[in-house]
Amino acid sequence: MPGRQLIMNFEVTPTSHTLEAYKARGGYETLAKALKMAPADITKEVTASGLLGHGGAAFPVGRKWGVMKPNPGEIHYLCANADEGEPGTFKDRWILEHAPHLLVESMLITSYALGVRHAFVYIRGEFDLPWRRIQAGIDDAYAAGYLGKPVFGSDFTLDIVVYRGAGSYVCGEASGLITSIEGRKPYPRNRPPRLTVRGLFQKPTVINNVESLANITGIIRMGAEEFRKVGTAKSPGTQLISISGHIAKPGVYEVEYGYPWAKFLDEDCGGVLHGAKLKCVVPGGISTKVLTRAEIEPLNLSHESVNPAGSGLGSGGMIVIAEGTCMVRLLQVLLRFYHHESCGQCTPCREGMGWMHRIIDRIVEGKGVPEDIERLYAISHANDGTTICGMGDAAGFATVGILNKYRDEFEYWIANGRSKMDGRLECLA
Amino acid sequence: MRHLIPEFEKMKERYPAGFESSLVLPCLRRVQEDRGFVSDDDIVALCEYLGVPRIQVEEVLSYYTMLLRKPLGKVHLQACRNIACSMRGAEGVIEHLCKRLGVKPGETTPDGTFTVSTVECLGSCGTAPVVMVNEAYHENVTLAQLDRLIEAVVEERAVVNGVEERAGVVEERAVDKGI
Repeated sequence: MPGRQLIMNFEVTPTSHTLEAYKARGGYETLAKALKMAPADITKEVTASGLLGHGGAAFPVGRKWGVMKPNPGEIHYLCANADEGEPGTFKDRWILEHAPHLLVESMLITSYALGVRHAFVYIRGEFDLPWRRIQAGIDDAYAAGYLGKPVFGSDFTLDIVVYRGAGSYVCGEASGLITSIEGRKPYPRNRPPRLTVRGLFQKPTVINNVESLANITGIIRMGAEEFRKVGTAKSPGTQLISISGHIAKPGVYEVEYGYPWAKFLDEDCGGVLHGAKLKCVVPGGISTKVLTRAEIEPLNLSHESVNPAGSGLGSGGMIVIAEGTCMVRLLQVLLRFYHHESCGQCTPCREGMGWMHRIIDRIVEGKGVPEDIERLYAISHANDGTTICGMGDAAGFATVGILNKYRDEFEYWIANGRSKMDGRLECLA
Repeated sequence: MRHLIPEFEKMKERYPAGFESSLVLPCLRRVQEDRGFVSDDDIVALCEYLGVPRIQVEEVLSYYTMLLRKPLGKVHLQACRNIACSMRGAEGVIEHLCKRLGVKPGETTPDGTFTVSTVECLGSCGTAPVVMVNEAYHENVTLAQLDRLIEAVVEERAVVNGVEERAGVVEERAVDKGI
């Protein structure tokens, strides 16, 4: 395994997700410890741990919590973002399926720290087993008295509702998510006001990714100082990386920040599928820019190493692309996705995604014109910073990232009406 | 829809006060589970029950891809076509399903048994290609497995991840597998 483990630190068996198994691993003992602390001290500890959000933006969790002013008597909400939909990302699913009680205990501790009485788990609608597992975990926690009534002799109580989505990428955006919980289509909201000031039904709301929350129990158990001994100074702890595409051993890996990237691919993940050569890697979900083999060679898996290379670890959704893969077809798949998922609220995204999709379809049909490449750049730039949520920017990043590095493949297809490779997305043996 | 109101009332108890509007999605999902789709009458009844404007329910219905206004086939085959699945053979899977069943993506077989759809990322990229068969994910799916599944449906047997089971025990099995 690539470094120390904080979340995937137990053997997965057919019963390891149950309350009984979780308690045998020391489960809910940290909650008892937390309830003896002052709520503000928990936030201080989390801030001191330097924990970075795992949803994609790596925003410091402590800073987000710090905005929330837990005034007694006022209503505050917490939402766990389990709307995992960034292509290439399937790591929150691992937590929901295998460690549901780690999430429940962490949500209890977080809610105690932030003065929350009602919390939500927003889970994407397609997830079936993960939903069954987290719902069963919550039901068991109710039956055991951790939820729904005062716990461990304190006067703190928490209710958690699992809210199932119904198929929409934009719901993973924090403000889209709460609009969806309000029972509407998930149009993202302009900030300010921040959601920690005015969120769900206009009440202060903290929305954290499942993996970010799952780290809270460990931080309170071991203390911020111990937590910071894992990982690097600027990226403390670990990151769950879900790796897919042309890789020999796809799956979810917990990687200690600072672990060498090439070693992770070659040794831990068994190298490129069928022994092929590596063309490039999507580091953290398709909205992060692709990096070539030469670019990742000197890097390690930490934000301070990957960000200066012009990309990011994002949501940890790593996609490995083998030599021989057609990047024009690959971009076509991405742009079709963005077009499909644009919620339609902001003009640059609604129109831009469709426009880019039509251009790439035209190129693949052999009807592209040389100006199409510049047009794709122009639309990408027009989206940058002009939409309410980050989706417009993300589609632009992904497009520009591929165009910058593989422009020749696009020029070839436009000039010759066919792929420079053989139009393949698969990696053949 | 009205026969589901006692169930909705129970659901409401779990939410904080004043969250009626939030119940639109879970109620619609439940109605769909019951009927297979959401009818015009359901919309009217739900608006009346929750006290929300009709436009809100209509917007939700037209926006979310999993909510349906029309019935689909008995078995809904949703093949992921996003990047990781495409890189692991999803295009061949979709082509095979459509050819075998004689439909285009989005269409239902004339006997009303199968509907084939293409969907975007299902969050199962490490086990690509993935086809969602009704509620269940079939991961690392092969053309031979899909053929067996189609044959089994025609013969009224059930198949999970290529393993044939008696009808009725499929759901438990998916959970018990410890995957």
